[in-house]
Amino acid sequence: MAEFKHKHIIALRDLSKEDIEMLISTAESMREVNSRDIKKVPTLRGKTIINLFYESSTRTRTSFEIAGKRLSADTVNIAPSNSSATKGETLADTALNLLAMKPDIIVMRHAVSGSHYFLAEKVNCSIINAGDGAHEHPSQGLLDMLTMKDRFGRLDGLKVAIVGDITHSRVARSNIQGLTKLGSSIYLAGPPTMMPPGVEKLGNVTVCANMKEAIQDADVVMMLRIQQERQGKTLMPNTREYSRYFGLNPDNIKLAKPNAMVMHPGPINRGVEMSSQVVDGDQSWILKQVENGVAVRMSMLYHVCGGELE
Amino acid sequence: MSLLIKNGRLIDPSQKIDDTLDILVENGLIKQIGKSLQVPADVRSIDASGMLVVPGLIDIHVHLRDPGLEYKEDIVSGTKAAVSGGFTSVCCMPNTKPVIDNKAIVSYIINKAKNEGFCNVFPVGSITYGLSGERMSEMGELKESGCVAVSDDGKPVNNPELMRRALEYARGIGIMVISHAEDLELVGGGVMNEGYTSTELGLKGIPRVAEDIATSREIMLAEYTNSPIHIAHVSTRGAVRIIREAKARGVQVTCETAPHYFTLTDDAVRGYNTNAKMNPPLREAEDMAAIKEGLRDGTIDCIATDHAPHHIDEKDVEFNEAMNGIIGLGTSLPLSLQLVRDGILTINQLVEKMSCNPSKILNLNRGTLSPGSIADITIIDPDRQWEINEGSVASKSKNSPFLGWTVTGWASCTIVDGNIMYQVTGN
Repeated sequence: MAEFKHKHIIALRDLSKEDIEMLISTAESMREVNSRDIKKVPTLRGKTIINLFYESSTRTRTSFEIAGKRLSADTVNIAPSNSSATKGETLADTALNLLAMKPDIIVMRHAVSGSHYFLAEKVNCSIINAGDGAHEHPSQGLLDMLTMKDRFGRLDGLKVAIVGDITHSRVARSNIQGLTKLGSSIYLAGPPTMMPPGVEKLGNVTVCANMKEAIQDADVVMMLRIQQERQGKTLMPNTREYSRYFGLNPDNIKLAKPNAMVMHPGPINRGVEMSSQVVDGDQSWILKQVENGVAVRMSMLYHVCGGELE
Repeated sequence: MSLLIKNGRLIDPSQKIDDTLDILVENGLIKQIGKSLQVPADVRSIDASGMLVVPGLIDIHVHLRDPGLEYKEDIVSGTKAAVSGGFTSVCCMPNTKPVIDNKAIVSYIINKAKNEGFCNVFPVGSITYGLSGERMSEMGELKESGCVAVSDDGKPVNNPELMRRALEYARGIGIMVISHAEDLELVGGGVMNEGYTSTELGLKGIPRVAEDIATSREIMLAEYTNSPIHIAHVSTRGAVRIIREAKARGVQVTCETAPHYFTLTDDAVRGYNTNAKMNPPLREAEDMAAIKEGLRDGTIDCIATDHAPHHIDEKDVEFNEAMNGIIGLGTSLPLSLQLVRDGILTINQLVEKMSCNPSKILNLNRGTLSPGSIADITIIDPDRQWEINEGSVASKSKNSPFLGWTVTGWASCTIVDGNIMYQVTGN
């Protein structure tokens, strides 16, 4: 098997098709560990992982923490109460101080796009991106692809609809980068206020005029979280009207292929981007995504450490 | 004290001269220009063979950071950077601490420049007190104490009624208003140009229309009030078109662009390069082409650097946190000479845009080598290749996207008021 040559995982844009396939394939084998009675292997024993979360997160941080622990690494969580407005220590200083404690991996979430590249220049440990601004969220993209592979047995030739606020979505960007490299097609829908310029050049992307066009005959329908706080006052009238045109419900889901899967990166606003019937329905793979998150993150931690499975 | 500059190619668009001529300076003034001037043996002379001899370059848009922000730059280091880049005069913007909105600050700057500086410094006062955007500053006193223009550079005067009154009032005083044309609501917290690159990098974009709308507003107000206006740092294709149309119907509008807008696109931001972060932001290839066309057809009157020094700690941070702006005094001349090599401007037109026009727009009484005028002269070696790096650019700050570039052309000698303030020594 080829070697994973990257010290950091910051963006799926930086990885090759082979890199992505390797990360997904290792994640598949990691699932065996997660199904054991004693869910722990000694692979990363003696390694120290710092989860540095500048933005609040329950799911991703917990998932990374569990992933590290199942590989026997020592994991520490840090959540600096740090907004750009009331900043104390700079990111560079925080990083250098953490580095003095000799971690092997820093897993970071940060509100500013590109922060991880900045951090990677300052430290000599591995950096894993747990989400940076509106740029990328590679572990989410990988777990989404693993889940699609679970459903269809392949990641090429799929029609994947992504619906919502593409402009502010790092999940969308990571999926576009990854799925394009693996040979699938992405169809985007959302109000034009949430569609960034030139997005069709990011990959195998088609921008659709409306939601129906995007989900028509789709294999995968991925819905993005809509927040009144983030979309503010100017991107849409309100969540009620948004839901009318860009919400997934038992009626419009019928436009997708009969065996289509429904995904969401969470947390869900029930009744806004998805109705509860769809969230909890037969086609929903949302909880499987969460489950796969742990395996994917184990794979990422394992590969940046350059370790070997016993 | 006299000085003879001989054998150079003398270019002075103000007199329509482009010829190999000598120039004699006496007591800080241009005494005489002519072929093979004969002077007493004890007169100091500079052999300018192979060089261009032009009216001293003028940069009407720099930030000297003095008073208050001397850790970035001060009047001494900034004017030193100016003369090493070939500039004999600079106009400094009022966003100092405190703001240039009163006579005391203007006097401080003028005196410090006179006593310790390397070139002429003409302060630009603020349009509104403290750059607050709320009440007009005392433009009359600002002008009397030495300001050559007023501007709230760094931010627009958002209130259109206040801008209208400022234009009218300034017309009465006889002082130029320089507008930082940007609609802040449309900027909306963006950190780079809005386009494909911002989509890929996931950075919040600043749409071109933020500049276009503000430029339109300023032109409409200038037209309605029959007042002159100067638009700073034009960066968009839309603004170029709007200004071109306004000039065609007789609006008293002039404008400038900066070397980075005709040299770089927002591609330079890739890698989250904070030295490519400025306001207005680097735009796209079509905008760069429009800027060049605007320079070529005369829509854009002059080149100004928007020299904006920042400390390394203000640039070596996450992209969103980084300050806007780059230094420009040391790099403007070679980047602008590239326009001549690319056939966009003649060398005569370039001298107009870097000396004659800036002087005319702000009534600086310079930009000419005619006998009797102030002896501000730049001698340019147009073929000299050199590398832009932290050592070769004279400024306290080194925030430039051009570090590592090899460029062609530099100032080999800068003469201010008849005194040699900068001269390349050795080879």
